[in-house]
Amino acid sequence: MIKRIFLALVVVGVVVAGAFAFYAWHPELPAMAAADRPAFDADTIERGRVLAGAGYCSTCHTAAGGEPYAGNYPVVSDFGTIYGSNITPDPETGIGSWSPEAFRRAMHEGVDRQGRHLFPALPYNHFTLLSDQDVDALYAYLMSEVEPVKQSTRENTLPFPLNLRFLQAGWKLLFVDFGRYQPDPDQSDAWNRGAYLAEGISHCGACHTPRNALGAEDGDRRYAGATIDRWVAPALTSANPSAVRWTAADLTLYLKHGAEAYHGIAAGPMGPVVHAGVAELSDPDLQALGVYFASIARDGDSGAEPQPDYSPVQASVAAGKPDPAYRLDDGERLYATACASCHYNDSADDLKATRPELGINSAVRLDDPANLIHVILDGVPSDEGSQGVVMPAFRDALSDQQIAAIAAYLRASRTDLPSWPDLPARVGDLRAHAGTH
Amino acid sequence: MIECTINGEKVRLDADPDMPLLWALRDLAGLTGTKFGCGIGLCGACTVHVGGHATRSCITPLKDVAGAEITTIEGLDADGGHPLQQAWRELQVPQCGYCQSGQIMQAAALLKDMPNPTDEDIDAVMTGNLCRCMTYTRIRGAIRDAAAAMKEGSAHG
Repeated sequence: MIKRIFLALVVVGVVVAGAFAFYAWHPELPAMAAADRPAFDADTIERGRVLAGAGYCSTCHTAAGGEPYAGNYPVVSDFGTIYGSNITPDPETGIGSWSPEAFRRAMHEGVDRQGRHLFPALPYNHFTLLSDQDVDALYAYLMSEVEPVKQSTRENTLPFPLNLRFLQAGWKLLFVDFGRYQPDPDQSDAWNRGAYLAEGISHCGACHTPRNALGAEDGDRRYAGATIDRWVAPALTSANPSAVRWTAADLTLYLKHGAEAYHGIAAGPMGPVVHAGVAELSDPDLQALGVYFASIARDGDSGAEPQPDYSPVQASVAAGKPDPAYRLDDGERLYATACASCHYNDSADDLKATRPELGINSAVRLDDPANLIHVILDGVPSDEGSQGVVMPAFRDALSDQQIAAIAAYLRASRTDLPSWPDLPARVGDLRAHAGTH
Repeated sequence: MIECTINGEKVRLDADPDMPLLWALRDLAGLTGTKFGCGIGLCGACTVHVGGHATRSCITPLKDVAGAEITTIEGLDADGGHPLQQAWRELQVPQCGYCQSGQIMQAAALLKDMPNPTDEDIDAVMTGNLCRCMTYTRIRGAIRDAAAAMKEGSAHG
């Protein structure tokens, strides 16, 4: 009996291993010489160029300061560093010997021409949604417009056993739904176009959807936000932290220009996404992305867009106005600037007649402010007061309001006497009748 | 005709009695070290000494200084060797330099009245002297250094 069970288990094990091997194994596809490649028309090449922008392919396939698409950009993951491969048409170190079929298999299934599994640093889980025509257009662009560069791709730093490529087949089995994009008949054409671009070539979820312990995007938390290269790719759902909800129009502007008025700018890892770049897409495509993400921002509601609440904008602008508190007391501010250089005293024990301490000065303590106002208006000449010392005349420097503010400040801060009434008018009156002194 | 003393020399100035002292200093006496800043006594660039006290010359009418002793930056020290001027050079205080003659004149008056100023004293007295280059921390440092140097000088003197 035990023997039988054991035998059955072995058989099951062999069958499963065999099935896995069958699933995991992919044949090498024949090399194709450059001369044997199909001819591409200009429109296809141009569509490929735009799609390569929308997928910002050059970002991960170009090293800092390196030749475009020649690889060796380090994609740093929790599991190790994977270097973007050389996808120039160099036949030895790039993809110059790849046929369109081989390129399609890589994009749709994550398997290279030689039959080896690619690591999901290449987001084939997204590219699998792309139509054959679009993948072929990308191929046409890379083969026609990109200069071949001979540069070997550096070894990845993944530790054993993660570096075993055939094990990637298991990861794919667990986490990837292969197949082309299927339009949602309940959604508009624009929404479907946006979804096709976002989920496919632009692979937005690669950064904005959190990943599970095995590095796969968590399908239950789509666009819930994640960290990437120590930056935060914010949630694109209603959990997005922006004060004003993203509208389709705002999203379109943002993806076209890398900035728009009501939200942050495309910086850090998002910078090249726009500028290297999704911005290449046509206006209708950018509008489609806007429509799609506006529905994501409302957690899937793709009905008519309600007007966002713009009240946080008013609150923020109001909060940014200079705090008027610092000029609540104009008099104190003016005193500090115009008066203190001469009237400030450091010590009550060493008062100087030439630095009149105004709080104890009769001019500040009289029931009538006339004396103080006169002196501020016309100063003190050298033959009055301390001989040879002058006080400047602020008649032409300060307004009635300003002189009144200084007087009121001194009265209020230096004495406990009642405030002087109608000070500005009093200053105006004395200004007009300066008299002979 | 207004008579006064400028940098130790008696002068007679034939000018409108309401002419601001700054005009007379720059245009009549040819002493251009003193600068015009705001023209309303609120920036300190025009500071000179009248009777040894810092005075905003742009809003001081000439008639008010009749008989007074006026000192400009040119007259603060014959060789430019006032302790403040030395400290100014050592700390490389000025940036664009426009406000600096006013700053030095205000600081010199400060040290005369308060030989050992605290930072609070310096801030209170110097607040009326604006520096668009924001050299305030160096200005304060130079005033502290000069105060220390003057204290030492008087101890040895």
